[in-house]
Amino acid sequence: MESTITPPHLERIIDTDGTSRIDVRGVWLLRAILPHVLVLRPQLAAYAKDDKAQWDLRGVQQLDAAGALFLWRMWGRQRPSMLLKPEYEGVFADLASKRFPAPPKMRRDPLKLLLNLGQELLSFGQNVYAITLLAGNLLLDVVYLVRHPGAIPWRETSANIHRTGSQALAITALVGFLVGVVLSYLSAIQLKNYGADVFIINILGLGIVRELGPILAAILVAGRSGSSMTAQLGVMRVTRELDALSAMGISHTQRLVLPKIVALAITLPLLVLWSDMAALVGGMLSADLQLGIGYQQFLHGLPAAVPIANLWLGVGKGSVFGILVALIACHYGLQIKPNTESLGASTTDSVVTAITVVIIVDAIFAVIFSDVGF
Amino acid sequence: MWTQYGDTIIHRDLSLRVNCGEVMAVIGGSGSGKTTLLRLMLGLEAPSRGTIKVFGVPLQGCAVGDLRQARNRWGVLFQEGALFSALSVYDNVALPLRELKALPEDVIRELVMMKLDLVEIDTMSMNKMPAELSGGMVKRVALARALALNPELLFLDEPTAGLDPERSHGFVQLIESLRRLLNLTVVMVTHDVDTLMAISDRVAVLANQQLLTVGPLWEIVQHKDLFIQNFFLGHGKRCDQENIKDFRKKLASGLHTV
Repeated sequence: MESTITPPHLERIIDTDGTSRIDVRGVWLLRAILPHVLVLRPQLAAYAKDDKAQWDLRGVQQLDAAGALFLWRMWGRQRPSMLLKPEYEGVFADLASKRFPAPPKMRRDPLKLLLNLGQELLSFGQNVYAITLLAGNLLLDVVYLVRHPGAIPWRETSANIHRTGSQALAITALVGFLVGVVLSYLSAIQLKNYGADVFIINILGLGIVRELGPILAAILVAGRSGSSMTAQLGVMRVTRELDALSAMGISHTQRLVLPKIVALAITLPLLVLWSDMAALVGGMLSADLQLGIGYQQFLHGLPAAVPIANLWLGVGKGSVFGILVALIACHYGLQIKPNTESLGASTTDSVVTAITVVIIVDAIFAVIFSDVGF
Repeated sequence: MWTQYGDTIIHRDLSLRVNCGEVMAVIGGSGSGKTTLLRLMLGLEAPSRGTIKVFGVPLQGCAVGDLRQARNRWGVLFQEGALFSALSVYDNVALPLRELKALPEDVIRELVMMKLDLVEIDTMSMNKMPAELSGGMVKRVALARALALNPELLFLDEPTAGLDPERSHGFVQLIESLRRLLNLTVVMVTHDVDTLMAISDRVAVLANQQLLTVGPLWEIVQHKDLFIQNFFLGHGKRCDQENIKDFRKKLASGLHTV
């Protein structure tokens, strides 16, 4: 009996009458076999070819399922004549008796693409239906609150205004400023060719106030506030906090969703104004450095170049975008299922859908208001 | 009533009556629809067919005001507590009271302190956030919140899940003493045989989408159905009337106190 632990190894002894005996010795555990696999495997393969070989496993110090399986597979999944310690009988009996079915073959469905497309359309339809239900619920809540002004959730709304508005000022200013600089810089290069330098004011003014300001603010807010709203509602759904609210008779559309929507309807237009200013400052700076158009001249020329209707249009769009972003964010939040996959996917979908819808609605507004403000 | 989603039937022709002042335990295997049944009773979901009435008020199709009234007469302890993670312990228990909009802050403060004292949460923990509490404390705060409005009806979803045996006994004792003190009717979803032995008056067994049987514990364990036999495997012997009486006496005398 060996008392020292030895790594797994094999020894072949050929008797005088030609039969070979193979001694299997050592520790045959998964972690012990792994370093020696490259040696053991060809050895076992060679020894296993001899049908008449006698295997002696009495020298095995430890055997686990992996070790047994290794030997079993090398023996061609059958038991050779062997001597075995009684405590290991069970392992090999198990391997002999178990028959696992082969894994199902993955069939490539030729209609898979079509089915996927259909699935996407159906889920799109379901989403539209669910958002409509949510919007309807919220309208009913607004009617209720108008009749019971004591129930208006002032604190929740103001908290959301702070979170979506005042905490977004820095990032919006930064991004707005840089976009203004870039836009101005690129336009200036072209305008210089035609000597039409002074029209930089028109391009920047109209472009930023009418289109770029609202879109920029909406995209930033969708990414920032939209995703956080989705995540917050989703986690509350998973931890059953929404259930607890409902069980207490507290309407979560009234107390969680509506304040978010009202808050964004208020803060997004303000952020539009803020980013307009930042972008115009950036544009002004670049125009001064590149085209030599002074600040005085720029600011003087702005009201003439940009009729005030554009400002109202931009701010109004901001409010609409705010409602849309919040509605979509809350919808996705309420759809989240209790697993991490769903949380990540829904937050992503919420931001992407919000941005897409904002851009589509912006295009629609552009068509509707194409005669306004020029 | 019937509950089904598409082709999946959760409850088939289920009829149950909970009497005032009793403790009704609902047991069943995993996936037998116990939690769904609880949600139906709370009005969080609607049955596909049939009606559910609480305090005589049907939950579906009644006026919003009536439903609100009914909701103020019951309290719910969700599995894992479902405390509002953004609010402190104090604010969690105070929320139902503040919702009434009829009480000044100092009265609310007194009531909240009373409830927390009832569930043995000390004043030092009052300002902690739910994330800082241990599992047992979360459940006790959740119980305090469920009792904030002095309800007549208490719903418990797996009240002793995740608690070690000592805490489990303590919690069950707490519920029993509160029940006697406040004259509560309790509907309890549970797996735990010890809890059933300690405080259930009647046990409803859900299996195969139906209500197998309803009755006191010592009758249920004699039932011949395979599910019941397996559920009470090994416990059948100690669930006879005498043993149960004994067990409850021991519990009441504090032999299993925390």
